[in-house]
Amino acid sequence: MKVPITIDGQMVQIDKGAPIIDAAKKAGVVIPTLCYHEALKPYGSCRLCMVEILLNKQRRLVTACNFPVEVGMEVFTDTAKVRHIRRMIIELLLARCPDVLSLHAMAKQMGIKSSRFKKQDSTECILCGLCVRFCEEVVGVSAIGLVSRGIDREVATPFKVASDVCIGCGSCTYICPTGCIEMVSDKKIPQMRIMKMGQHSLKACINEFQCETCPVGKEFFEDMRLVIAEFRNN
Amino acid sequence: MVFEKIDRILEEHEYKHSAVISIMQDVQGIENYLPEDTLRYISEKLELNLTRIFDIATFYKTFSLTPRGRHTIRVCSGTACHLGGAVKNLEQIQRTINIQEGETTDDRMFSLETVNCLGACALAPVMVIDEDYYDAVNPGKIEKILSPYRLEPEV
Ligand code: SF4
Ligand code: SF4
Ligand code: FES
Ligand code: FES
Repeated sequence: MKVPITIDGQMVQIDKGAPIIDAAKKAGVVIPTLCYHEALKPYGSCRLCMVEILLNKQRRLVTACNFPVEVGMEVFTDTAKVRHIRRMIIELLLARCPDVLSLHAMAKQMGIKSSRFKKQDSTECILCGLCVRFCEEVVGVSAIGLVSRGIDREVATPFKVASDVCIGCGSCTYICPTGCIEMVSDKKIPQMRIMKMGQHSLKACINEFQCETCPVGKEFFEDMRLVIAEFRNN
Repeated sequence: MVFEKIDRILEEHEYKHSAVISIMQDVQGIENYLPEDTLRYISEKLELNLTRIFDIATFYKTFSLTPRGRHTIRVCSGTACHLGGAVKNLEQIQRTINIQEGETTDDRMFSLETVNCLGACALAPVMVIDEDYYDAVNPGKIEKILSPYRLEPEV
């Protein structure tokens, strides 16, 4: 069933229960996101996609990536409150990850010059969980996870040793918005590339990531092709 | 031997994925910590991926991946206990058994940890040794609380 809602005054028809972000896309309104990806289940961890909604005469802030639309909902993506929150989140992230260029680019777009918070010892991971969720939901191996909690939370393999289930597909490298999972080549054997995250090595690939020709990657690539085909059909 | 015990625990919980936390708690009871081999074994037997299990083991403070002493001392440093003087108590314990938070004594008798609220704020400041709760603790009481555990014979 389609329901009518308005986004910044613009009327759109959208499937009931779809997240607000789908409606925004349909209306051509851009909402900044960090932990959202079409191929994955919504997660709602970065809070950057906050918008204000008016429903049953009540105004409130919700995350656009996972909040379902309802009949008569009015969505506002550029109010003072929304801008204030985005600014806060970006400034906090800039303090956590001062060297991440993509965050600086986002900040610039939003007209944020600098962070008012003290810079932390630099990490590049914003804990968006995209890599972890992609590895679990799409690749289907769950080689990496989010471990520990609070300020110690980090992405790591079990026991922080090279994973024995990682297939070296590179999806995590590709999807990471901050570029903190690297693929580096071995100095001695240049055709060997290694996935690295901070101190942890994931998997070494001796096949130059020519996945189609590799027995390990083959099955995965078959699946991947199906996923991509399905995605295009939608 | 240990693996037989683990099998029994797994059977008790009918290999249910939803019971994984209880399973890990019971398994930790065997050696007072969760060795890597043990976690790998649970993962295999439960057919639950190791990443999940490692996430859980590192998320909850009750789980320890490193060997712990025979007795675990947990000092609450939640708001109520902090205001009640938890810091002074902690310092007194550290002086008495000569280890810092997160460490284990050389004789493997005590491990010291802090927790963020034991849900017994009315009794603040609280500390727990193994399963025994001690309320309204002050630095003067520490030695008296600890000494019976030292004397306890080996099991
Ligand atoms: S490279 Fe390894 S960790 Fe990264 S997504 Fe692929 S399987 Fe998962
Ligand atoms: S490594 Fe990258 S994708 Fe993974 S949680 Fe950190 S920032 Fe997100
Ligand atoms: S994109 Fe919605 S919370 Fe991250
Ligand atoms: S703060 Fe110590 S029990 Fe709640």
